[in-house]
Amino acid sequence: MSKLAYVREREIPQSAPPITEVGIIKWLRENLFSSWLNSILTVLSLYFIFILLKDFIPWAYGAHWTTGSIRECYDVNPNVACFSVLTARWKQLLFGFYPPEEYWRPTLTFCLLILSIIPVLFPRFIRYFWFSLLYPGLAIWLLWGGSIWSVAIIYIGLGLGFLFFVIVSSGLIKSASVRLLAACLFTIIFFIFLANPLAEILSSLIPIYLPYVESLKFGGFTLSLIVGVTGIVASFPLGIVLALGRQSDLPLVKMICVGFIEFIRGVPLITLLFVASVLLNYFLPPGTNFDIVLRVIIMVTLFSAAYMAEVIRGGLAGLPVGQHEASAALGLTYWQSQRLIIMPQALKISIPGIVNTFIGLFKDTTLVSIISLMDPVGLASLIRADSKWNGIYWELYIAVGLMFFIVCYGMSKYSQYLETKLKTDN
Amino acid sequence: MSSVDFPVEKFRFGMLLSDTRYRSTSLQVITFIFFVAGVFWLVDNTVKNLALLDKDISFSFLWMRAGYDINQRLIPYTNDSTHATAALVGILNTLLVAFLGCIIATIVGVFVGILRLSKNWIISKLMSVYIEGFRNVPVLLWIVIVFALLTEFTPQPRAFKGEDPEASMILFDSIAITNRGTYLPSPQWGSGSIWLILVFLVSLLGIIIFLRYAKNIQKNTGRNLPVLWVSLGIFFVPTILFYFILGSPVTLEYPELKGFNFKDGIHIRNSLTALTLALSFYTSAFIGEIVRSGIMAISKGQTEAASALGLRPNKVMSLIVLPQALRVIVPPMISQYLNLTKNSSLAIAVGYMDVRGTLGGITLNQTGREMESMVLLMGFYLAISLLISSVINYFNRSFQLVGK
Amino acid sequence: MSEQINDREIDRSKMEITDEIAIHISDMNKWFGNFHVLRDINLEVKRGERIVVCGPSGSGKSTLIRCINRLEEHQKGNITVDGTELTTDLKNIDKIRSEVGMVFQHFNLFPHLTTLENCTLAPIWVRETPQKEAEEIAMEMLKKVKIPEQAHKYPGQLSGGQQQRVAIARSLCMKPRIMLFDEPTSALDPEMIKEVLDTMIELAEEGMTMICVTHEMGFARQVANRVIFMDEGQIVEQNEPVEFFNNPKSDRTKLFLSQILGH
Repeated sequence: MSKLAYVREREIPQSAPPITEVGIIKWLRENLFSSWLNSILTVLSLYFIFILLKDFIPWAYGAHWTTGSIRECYDVNPNVACFSVLTARWKQLLFGFYPPEEYWRPTLTFCLLILSIIPVLFPRFIRYFWFSLLYPGLAIWLLWGGSIWSVAIIYIGLGLGFLFFVIVSSGLIKSASVRLLAACLFTIIFFIFLANPLAEILSSLIPIYLPYVESLKFGGFTLSLIVGVTGIVASFPLGIVLALGRQSDLPLVKMICVGFIEFIRGVPLITLLFVASVLLNYFLPPGTNFDIVLRVIIMVTLFSAAYMAEVIRGGLAGLPVGQHEASAALGLTYWQSQRLIIMPQALKISIPGIVNTFIGLFKDTTLVSIISLMDPVGLASLIRADSKWNGIYWELYIAVGLMFFIVCYGMSKYSQYLETKLKTDN
Repeated sequence: MSSVDFPVEKFRFGMLLSDTRYRSTSLQVITFIFFVAGVFWLVDNTVKNLALLDKDISFSFLWMRAGYDINQRLIPYTNDSTHATAALVGILNTLLVAFLGCIIATIVGVFVGILRLSKNWIISKLMSVYIEGFRNVPVLLWIVIVFALLTEFTPQPRAFKGEDPEASMILFDSIAITNRGTYLPSPQWGSGSIWLILVFLVSLLGIIIFLRYAKNIQKNTGRNLPVLWVSLGIFFVPTILFYFILGSPVTLEYPELKGFNFKDGIHIRNSLTALTLALSFYTSAFIGEIVRSGIMAISKGQTEAASALGLRPNKVMSLIVLPQALRVIVPPMISQYLNLTKNSSLAIAVGYMDVRGTLGGITLNQTGREMESMVLLMGFYLAISLLISSVINYFNRSFQLVGK
Repeated sequence: MSEQINDREIDRSKMEITDEIAIHISDMNKWFGNFHVLRDINLEVKRGERIVVCGPSGSGKSTLIRCINRLEEHQKGNITVDGTELTTDLKNIDKIRSEVGMVFQHFNLFPHLTTLENCTLAPIWVRETPQKEAEEIAMEMLKKVKIPEQAHKYPGQLSGGQQQRVAIARSLCMKPRIMLFDEPTSALDPEMIKEVLDTMIELAEEGMTMICVTHEMGFARQVANRVIFMDEGQIVEQNEPVEFFNNPKSDRTKLFLSQILGH
């Protein structure tokens, strides 16, 4: 054996690190006081936090919750918050001008919303997806009222169209595109000619009514949720279609999609909302009068779809090229490979961008206050103009800001959760 | 032996869609038909509606008298000016807010982003609270809040009056923040100030020359000159020296309380301040995130290799990390500038007359020319966003990392 | 006496080992949080030695060599390089880093600089060398690794083997007395491993002190004068290569060797 040779005789077991290397002391040393600069910064920031909280906590803690007006708040104790404005007006902040005896309807809609989202968010419950499909119609009927058949007829029409598609598939025509075209034609004809009469017949046979509530009465957080959720749900498939169109090999389709996307992304949302409230009537046949909330929803959807398309395009670009080739080699058609191979992967990559677009859309619902729809921001100005609450601002804005913060922050946390979950799936 | 003939298929109608030779043309023809039909339907409706309301399409309203006042303007304007001038005033107001906002947002955003990366846990968490707080609340709410802060939290000009005033000016009695706006001292250019400006420009030139010289020295001898301190010295010293030598040619006219209002000085209304500050801080949160993820995107191996070669941390940052990080940071940051400019259209919420307030607001309402005004308005924003997009593309193309 | 690795002749007589101590590590311990990653490491490296460190993944071999140039900090014990002790003193760290060169598994070339600029960066900014002189040194080193014609290309335009050779040249431009290699060929395609190993053999023939973490056992057999086997943060066995490969003493060494040399 040369003098270099060495064999370990005795094992060295794991031992604990020295006391200064672990635990709270090490953490303090490394994170807060690792250098002169750091120590000074730590002290400064602690002081800063102290100053902030020193005034805020007493102000918020002993606040008024039950006084009748801001005058009363000041008379009793001007140094604490006047949260009574929230106690007095929370219903308005939530429901806008919705008739109070019908409050159960938006509340029920919201609860059902949570139920209908669960099959989408948590794949374990996918078998309840039929409820998620039914939900939109149910929600429209619950919120706006009227006869249940005016909403149900849409589902009936779509169902008949689907039935037609299935019947036609069984025999005559082979090509999927032609079958689809025929089914669409059938559905369109149904809606133009048969829908309304059929709805009226059914209404007189089996009347199921809810009192009608007009759109201008909608407001507050309910309005934000309606516009936001509908916008999100509708812009997602539209965004996918636009993204595919933008990538298409067909030059005309590509041009139309690119033109649309670049136009929408180049203008502020407020101008599009303005178009919705002022100009859209010009583009529709004379005499049609669209509901304002519906017009706003359409514009918000189109706006969000353009941004969504860009995000998904980024996801599509991030896919390995081999995926398209592999699915073609397996014999899948264009739509099959999109549905089964390409889209699932592209969407997984784009999740952060997609959720960001959703968050942006939800924040953008506040813009409807500029075209005089009463969302929480608009309501805040309205409440402040009331003589009873003239001059209040912190309390109201904190409440509205907190509402938005909770929803948006919750969405971004969910997206982080989704990302980690899907990463471990790989 | 008979040769094999390839069978020639007879043309079937279904081949229009299934045969790759015809499929793309057929699909495009179908798309074209639908598209043209849709456009035709829209245009037809518009024409009918306009006829019903006895309106036509004309832009002549731009040259008619506007008849309304605009309280903040960068160019001369009275209510006798044309609508076109009003639109121009609005455009300049928009660009002013956008310009100021982008600068403030960048400075604050870079600062926040770098601090967010700090190893100091408290600082990093504070910055995280800042970023998440601003990002998750709608920008319109921030604008309204800041405006309310400035109008309700600040004293009236009257409160500055008297022997023992309730409120006092800040910064050596030069700036007054009131609920009517902020009053700043305005510079008065006395005689000799032209020389001062010349000295300043020469000192800028001096810095450029010195930087070249320092680079040359390093190239030839390897010595590293203290570039930062010398540049700062050249920037400040000559100008300050000549200011006193020339006998203080530039003076400040301070705002003074005359009657119930401040006179003299520069008056910045609260709407402009509120809009700019709210937009800046909101956008800075996004820029902070962009800066942070850009720096984090540079793999750890790069800093390790540079440290292993003996480079100190500040050189590692300036020579290795920043050049690579900037490539990742700049395009999304420019997108945020575009977002800020588009968000400035919310100015109407605080009564600031940007282009949407003049052209798309009062002009539109007064003349009833909704279609034309909206077309012009959207055209303006489209032009800006096309400009910014081409800047981003240019940047991407010229600074791409060279690969195979 | 010379042996062959692949088709290249290796001249072991050129690889001299002096008595000077290049690196001295005594009772070194390191923890990652609560995890005791390096336990009671004692190691003495003489100038001119070529040491190969091998072991299963997670055994701490990379961490060990990264402690030598302070890319990782040790909590207990003592590391001395060329007479300078490695402490928190920045001056000592700088001094040691200028004597020790490191080559990484993933090359870590600077993608925004050309090959030549990658090599001249450290001499210009750390040693304040004039540009012309730095470029001469760089071209000399690039010639040594046999790719002088790539001087003005960017790393993205080079193959993996070329990039790693540039990385070696970049470290050599600082005229280090010790070279550390952290799995230099693990990220390379098989046909490029040879060119990098050839470069390392030439360095060894010039008398460079090297510590190499690698799985290339052929290289270890032919070039190293000492092979160290690490497992669970401890040095389990070390010996001359012939003895080590033919006559492993510890059971764990035997297991490891059977796993990597089995096929």
